[in-house]
Amino acid sequence: MSDPLVSAEGLKVWFPIKSGIVLDRHVGDVKAVDDVSLLIERGETLGLVGESGCGKSTVGRTIVRLYRPTAGRIVFDGEDITTLGETELRGTRRQMQMVFQDPFASLNPRHSIGRIVSEPIRVHGLSGSRRETHQLVRDLLGRVGLPADAASRYPHEFSGGQRQRIGLARALSVNPAFIVCDEPVSALDVSIQAQIINLLEQLQDELALTYLFIAHDLAVVRHISDRIAVMYLGGIVEVSPAEALYRQPLHPYTISLLSAVPIPDPEVERRRSRIFLTGDVPSPASPPAACRFHTRCPYVQPTRCREERPALRALENGHEVACHWAEEIHSGAITLPSSNGRR
Amino acid sequence: MAVTEPLLAVDDLWVEFWTRRGTIHAVNGISFTLAPGETLGIVGESGCGKSVTSLALLGILPRAGRVVRGGATFQGRKLIGLSDAELRRVRGKEIAMIFQDPMTSLNPVLTIGRQIRETLEAHFGMERHAANARAAELLDQVGIPGARSRLGDYPHQFSGGMRQRAMIAMALACEPKVLIADEPTTALDVTIQAQILELLRQLVAERDTALILITHDLGVVAGMCERVNVMYAGMFVETGSAAALFARPRHPYTVGLLQSVPRLDSERGRKLQPITGAPRDMLSAPSACPFAPRCRYAIDGCTHEVPALRTMEPDHDARCINPVPAATPQPAGEATR
Repeated sequence: MSDPLVSAEGLKVWFPIKSGIVLDRHVGDVKAVDDVSLLIERGETLGLVGESGCGKSTVGRTIVRLYRPTAGRIVFDGEDITTLGETELRGTRRQMQMVFQDPFASLNPRHSIGRIVSEPIRVHGLSGSRRETHQLVRDLLGRVGLPADAASRYPHEFSGGQRQRIGLARALSVNPAFIVCDEPVSALDVSIQAQIINLLEQLQDELALTYLFIAHDLAVVRHISDRIAVMYLGGIVEVSPAEALYRQPLHPYTISLLSAVPIPDPEVERRRSRIFLTGDVPSPASPPAACRFHTRCPYVQPTRCREERPALRALENGHEVACHWAEEIHSGAITLPSSNGRR
Repeated sequence: MAVTEPLLAVDDLWVEFWTRRGTIHAVNGISFTLAPGETLGIVGESGCGKSVTSLALLGILPRAGRVVRGGATFQGRKLIGLSDAELRRVRGKEIAMIFQDPMTSLNPVLTIGRQIRETLEAHFGMERHAANARAAELLDQVGIPGARSRLGDYPHQFSGGMRQRAMIAMALACEPKVLIADEPTTALDVTIQAQILELLRQLVAERDTALILITHDLGVVAGMCERVNVMYAGMFVETGSAAALFARPRHPYTVGLLQSVPRLDSERGRKLQPITGAPRDMLSAPSACPFAPRCRYAIDGCTHEVPALRTMEPDHDARCINPVPAATPQPAGEATR
């Protein structure tokens, strides 16, 4: 735990809500990320899961400094990049790349694949002769499993899975250490998802990459991640090694989330018990006070939950949880009200 | 239980789309029956023709689409080729549909109450006051808190989950005998998905409504359906009871789908086995097994003709001449059994 590649401390990203045409008054903030701290070790994959609007993509984008955080500190490879300007960032940016969700929107339809893939090289002033660039593009395309002649073709000629490979080749072109993968497979058909997941794993082995893998699909995240952080409404509620999180979820949100994921086996589906969360996720513009999950928590207690915000605290074996009652829930001292759950 | 007469019978349905690129063969000979109260799943990836099938049944294919062969009957009455007026009596009242994206399928400039009322007024000739009361009742049944006071809300004032509940209320307004749900939870978060699926489960059980659930998610089907059809390139490639099909999948495509998704309850570290290649373009009707180019089990005969559905075991058929042996252990899920 000594020398993480990325560390974020007390990260806050608030987006102002403005009102009025002339005065543009500041009337509030969408607290997309509100006090998030996390560490990403070299060579590991940290999975970041949560439902839409929980702030997981904002965390990813802030870590690579596409957003300037409202508060907090981001350290990348020993360097504080929290307040660096665009030009100062450029050197660090080479080390961190991003792969986006939508392979249709993230590739410029007017540029050839060769130009798309070599763009970061040019931006960073790393391009050698034309021949070298050609060769590099060819190598990159080969690395992600595309034919070399793809370089002269255009995005519309490729399927979703192939476009995601192109996006990966582009990210790899500057030889980064760290890649933020923001929902990289959720736009793809199931039979194609596995191709991209396997490719990501293979590239990580070959190139010693570190990933922040952002997704809402818990089964995919579990498959690819070493450690997993679960987010709810702008905050991290649980962090744990992947296996422990699924074997022994401690936060009530994680417990409910896992129980809601369908499993393709009618036998298992019939036998498992489900926990139903009531209602919808509250708005991040006016999140509930104290524990943000208390409005939907099936285990909510009369004391503490509505009074103080639980901090993320370490339990055994690298398992951290932000719940006042995690131990009691885990030991069974606090149980679900009988109105919830099937069987 | 005695064999009941099917509520809905689809017989050798073919649908084509005429486009600038040529004819798209979207559905290539689909047959199935639906018994009263039964839950049937249709699983497949995007472009396999699963949604087109349901649109054809309701007579709401886009203009370029045409049913070129085959038909469907509802309670013994012909369903395809009906005039608009005749169809209108069936659509919504006997067979209702829920779509994937509740935002685009609700009218943004009409209140939720008005949209539910419309169905009631059209099919039952209810007057406004009674229709309003019934609409409130329906919203309440689908779990919208303070239903009465929400009737005047517009769709944008509802969250995604609530919109889908409103859609369900609308679909159930006429007590249909068949409910077709096309990817009803794909646009929703997993905890909201669980709420909506549970609601559907309860409602169809209470009312004995037959449900056709169209989805790409094998997990959703496993938890909801008694019978499953797996669709590829406009054909059912495997069909059977959910229990048999998930326990002993025989068509290489079904096996491939199951092995390419990570499962929450499987052993970690298992390598995923993707299906190689990409789905077939549909510009020609299949003249051989459409899955053969991507199939690990393909043999010579696969490219000669379209295989017929063959019985693998009672209540379990696959369209394959070289099916995956039933004994092949399923790598997924073994660890937790």
